[in-house]
Amino acid sequence: MIEISHVNKWYSPSFQVLTDCTTSVTKGEVVVVCGPSGSGKSTLIKCVNALEPFQSGDISVDGTKVNDPKTNLPKLRSRVGMVFQHFELFPHLKIIDNLCLAQQKVLDRSRDKAMAKGMQLLERVGLKEQAQKFPANLSGGQQQRVAIARALAMDPIVMLFDEPTSALDPEMVSEVLDVMVDLAHEGMTMMVVTHEMGFARKVANRVIFMDRGEIVEDAAKEDFFGKPRSDRAQKFLSKILSH
Amino acid sequence: MFANLDFDVIRRALPYLFFEGMRFTLTLTALAALGGLVFGTALALMRLSGHKILGRIAGVYVDFMRSLPLVLVIFWFYFLVPYIGQWVTGASRPISVGAFASSLITFIMFEAAYFSEIMRAGIQSISRGQPAAASALGLTYAQTMRYVVLPQAFRNMLPVLITQTIVLFQDTSLVYVLSITDFLGAASKVAQRDGRLVEMYLFAAVVYFTISCIASFGVRRLQARIAIIR
Ligand SMILES: Nc1ncnc2c1ncn2[C@@H]1O[C@H](COP(=O)(O)OP(=O)(O)OP(=O)(O)O)[C@@H](O)[C@H]1O
Ligand SMILES: [Mg+2]
Repeated sequence: MIEISHVNKWYSPSFQVLTDCTTSVTKGEVVVVCGPSGSGKSTLIKCVNALEPFQSGDISVDGTKVNDPKTNLPKLRSRVGMVFQHFELFPHLKIIDNLCLAQQKVLDRSRDKAMAKGMQLLERVGLKEQAQKFPANLSGGQQQRVAIARALAMDPIVMLFDEPTSALDPEMVSEVLDVMVDLAHEGMTMMVVTHEMGFARKVANRVIFMDRGEIVEDAAKEDFFGKPRSDRAQKFLSKILSH
Repeated sequence: MFANLDFDVIRRALPYLFFEGMRFTLTLTALAALGGLVFGTALALMRLSGHKILGRIAGVYVDFMRSLPLVLVIFWFYFLVPYIGQWVTGASRPISVGAFASSLITFIMFEAAYFSEIMRAGIQSISRGQPAAASALGLTYAQTMRYVVLPQAFRNMLPVLITQTIVLFQDTSLVYVLSITDFLGAASKVAQRDGRLVEMYLFAAVVYFTISCIASFGVRRLQARIAIIR
């Protein structure tokens, strides 16, 4: 579903963020990406839907090359759901309109259809009653669930998550993770940057460990938690598991 | 000195002052603000587009307009527009556009320079995550601007935009150089006709002051409300 091969990216000639990153996510697979701060996780995941350009290598999503200038990027992105660390709901729109905007403008759905789909997804994430409120009136956990629903409203074939719970108060983390776990169980293809190792243990098929722009480890979950091969991954794991 | 003032002259001139003069002033203010906002937003988008030439053109335009006294622009424009019109349409004689159209175009072009700086600040105040989220949903650049960035920029900048419009409201009185009957022009005509300069100019000052004050008060209320929403 996602093929990443030999991707290199520089922010400036002297600063390489991604070095020869190669991996893939197959249909229905859940891949967790972890690694220390600044290791390039966000950058890599943003390259997948071309929110960030890269200088060499290839990425394709469902057979479409994202770095091909001929690719219709808006169309490709509409099929790739993305959830951000800071939710990024549109503050000037009501919750339901946050869910309807792209459905109507990108997929050309009628207002009625978009509303129906939106309400159905809000119900699914347990926020039907909030449909007429504005984002600022919701808690962080609620906002992130809306953000997930907003992405799902586009009927994506893949979902990308960039640290979806790290900006949340601890008591709100699980309500968001629950939604994600359900999604994984339904067979959604997911690439998730997170440090929630509980989530990784529960639903991940594979875990990717990044450090300084490189994919240091790319292993099945059992192998990763059993015996990470690299020193750096071991150190990282003991650090985040110790608190 | 106030003993022989005749304030009744004001009462008698009220219909003329407001239905002719103030109506013109308000129409000009509203249309110029609207036009200036649209044109100014286009300039701001050009400057932020990352396109070298477009950005440069907009930048030079804004700097140029902001370094000229408004009254000079009004004056020159009035004399130049007919010739520009002639040149554009290839007509054989200068095209007469009338004082109203000429002053409206002038104000739109002049105010656009100021509105563009306000909208530019407004657009830059939106965090980069917002356009990123819009793009990630498949919205095109134009749709992202239209539905996500500009509405927020406009809302955040509304108090500043209105403040600038209050300045514009006062500045419209400069059309007197074209002998147009705006509010001040009307007051001035009555003043000359009846020989009641002090009364009329005093009254004009009070009216401008009152309207501007009320609008400023409204802006402060609005600012407080926007601060709560954010
Ligand atoms: N637009 C940019 N311009 C220059 N450098 C950048 C830019 N964005 C990110 N970087 C740098 O690239 C490196 C990787 O950033 P990235 O956000 O991908 O890391 P990350 O692994 O997601 O870290 P975190 O856990 O803090 O989110 C960091 O050193 C960061 O400072
Ligand atoms: Mg990150």
